[in-house]
Amino acid sequence: MSDDVINAQDVDLSRRKFLTAATAATGAVGAVFAAVPFVASWKPSERARALGAPTEIDLTKLEPGQMVVSTWRRQPIYVVRRTPEMVSALGKNDGQLKDPQSASSEQPEYAKNEARSVKPEYLVVYATCTHLGCLPKQHFTPGDPVVGADWPGGFFCPCHGSKFDLAGRVFNGSPASANLRIPPHKYEQESLLLIGVDAGAPAAAALPSTASRGLA
Amino acid sequence: MATASSNTTPQKGFMGWLNKRLPVNAFLENQLTGYYAPKNLNFWYFFGSLALLVFVLQILTGIFLTMHYKPGEAIAFDSVEYIMREVEYGWLIRYLHSTGASFFFVVVYLHMFRALLYGSYRSPRELLWLLGMFLYLALMAEAFMGYVLPWGNMSYWGAQVIVNLFGTIPVVGPGLVEWIRGDYGIADSTLNRFFALHVIALPFAIALLVALHLVALHETGSNNPDGNDIKDKVGKDGKPVDGIPFHPYYTVKDIVGVGVFLAIFCSVVFFAPTFGGLFLEKPNFEPANPLSTPEHIAPVWYFTAFYAMLRAVPDQQLGALIMLLSILLLFLLPWLDRSPVRSIRYKGILSKIALGTFVVTFIALSYLGLMPADGVYVLLARIFTVLYFAFFLLMPWYTRAEQTKPVPQRVTYHA
Repeated sequence: MSDDVINAQDVDLSRRKFLTAATAATGAVGAVFAAVPFVASWKPSERARALGAPTEIDLTKLEPGQMVVSTWRRQPIYVVRRTPEMVSALGKNDGQLKDPQSASSEQPEYAKNEARSVKPEYLVVYATCTHLGCLPKQHFTPGDPVVGADWPGGFFCPCHGSKFDLAGRVFNGSPASANLRIPPHKYEQESLLLIGVDAGAPAAAALPSTASRGLA
Repeated sequence: MATASSNTTPQKGFMGWLNKRLPVNAFLENQLTGYYAPKNLNFWYFFGSLALLVFVLQILTGIFLTMHYKPGEAIAFDSVEYIMREVEYGWLIRYLHSTGASFFFVVVYLHMFRALLYGSYRSPRELLWLLGMFLYLALMAEAFMGYVLPWGNMSYWGAQVIVNLFGTIPVVGPGLVEWIRGDYGIADSTLNRFFALHVIALPFAIALLVALHLVALHETGSNNPDGNDIKDKVGKDGKPVDGIPFHPYYTVKDIVGVGVFLAIFCSVVFFAPTFGGLFLEKPNFEPANPLSTPEHIAPVWYFTAFYAMLRAVPDQQLGALIMLLSILLLFLLPWLDRSPVRSIRYKGILSKIALGTFVVTFIALSYLGLMPADGVYVLLARIFTVLYFAFFLLMPWYTRAEQTKPVPQRVTYHA
């Protein structure tokens, strides 16, 4: 029996330590890979992605000065048909805006202009406040008593008091730091607006299923 | 850990059989009849056991709610109405659960205030405090996700605001938000995963943390209103002379606390379950509507202090950072307090003023978070945010600068 007893000094502890560390490291790597499917399962599913196809809006029924609320990818989107007076008044706001040139705001390249749109007549913006995602309400009348006598007209967020002009640009003193975001959009025909596709991209290329079906 | 019971004559009968296989008696003796707590614990010490009581109540009522509730965008709101109107006593079970959520925070806030009052977070109880803070975080997550489940309009927009907070993290923010929601907006997928987290993952985590919190407490022993160590004065029998066994002395005392608590709790459940819109908000009696923001979004009262600080900052990233810091600072308390004494009884005037101001600040911020974010409310919120941070950041200075009183060797009963 005594032959089986191993003396402590004969044990190669560094070998044992190495093997223990190697086993632990291999196990840890395995655990990380095993976690991938679980983490990935939280991403938008195939169905959610398919439902995120472009939305189309018929603009013929939208009168000047009016707004319609649409959705794309579950996000509410405001489409405003601005009157020529509204468009020409935009330049007067520049001094009171945090980002008048939309330099640090989110919009497609073709909407990075003063009116923040493809056609100055139509404003297409995400309705979610860039502060914390509430819906700013429409207060288009200048001097609207809800907002203030010096109000030039635009959007006012009831949650935390952010103010935006009629191009979705944020006013100084708002908790929001960026202008309202502009979704990718294009005009398929003169008065058929497609939200969710970039101007210049062929409609069918981006997300074939719903877009082409919608147009057929 | 093996104690007296193993040395005495072995038990006979069923208990003897059982104890040989499961150390029931040894456990009870270690943790209850042989666990010595300071004899001068006052009513502030009720809230720990009351928190445990509310936790059990929430688990119990939650299990029964789960039997009738259905997660899902199209059915969640209706299933809650179904519980309220058609399930026998469904209204009672739901009101117990919703009132329980608010009372959980009432009890936990008082429990935390007790720690501030008597310096219970000081060495050697830093880890006990940290475990408690993790419990508080888990409880916040649990309460938030529970609030989303009825899928009312406030549920929806509250979820929108809170989830978007993660979007303020640079670089990874937007992707992270999409991953949390599982869709391009707060959607069915979000509701379902919040349900899973609310009924399984978080309660499990909370139960585990409660166990760790208790093990850590029983290792260091309870602090007491004098902030001295009862283990320093040990009698001939090896027991602290200022200590009494938890059972029966404190179990019996706690039962009185439970009685008072249940009387107040049941009054709210039966006579004011919405508590004037404070426990259950009016806009949440309308189904979730992604196209219509409630006129005024405010979280439930227990989050409004942090929400007020978030809104006080006119920059979104900075606001989120301030809110995060306001919670993180609580974790650092054991290292911010440099006073030679633990308890407020023996601290100087500066600490007393600081703690008094902090209580007023927290209540004021909680109130301001419920109010609209404009005009004088924003100004006040900014002032109180500064005061909130001053309490923590100036603590290393004022706790050292002041004159403290000598701490008695034995525990006292006055005040």
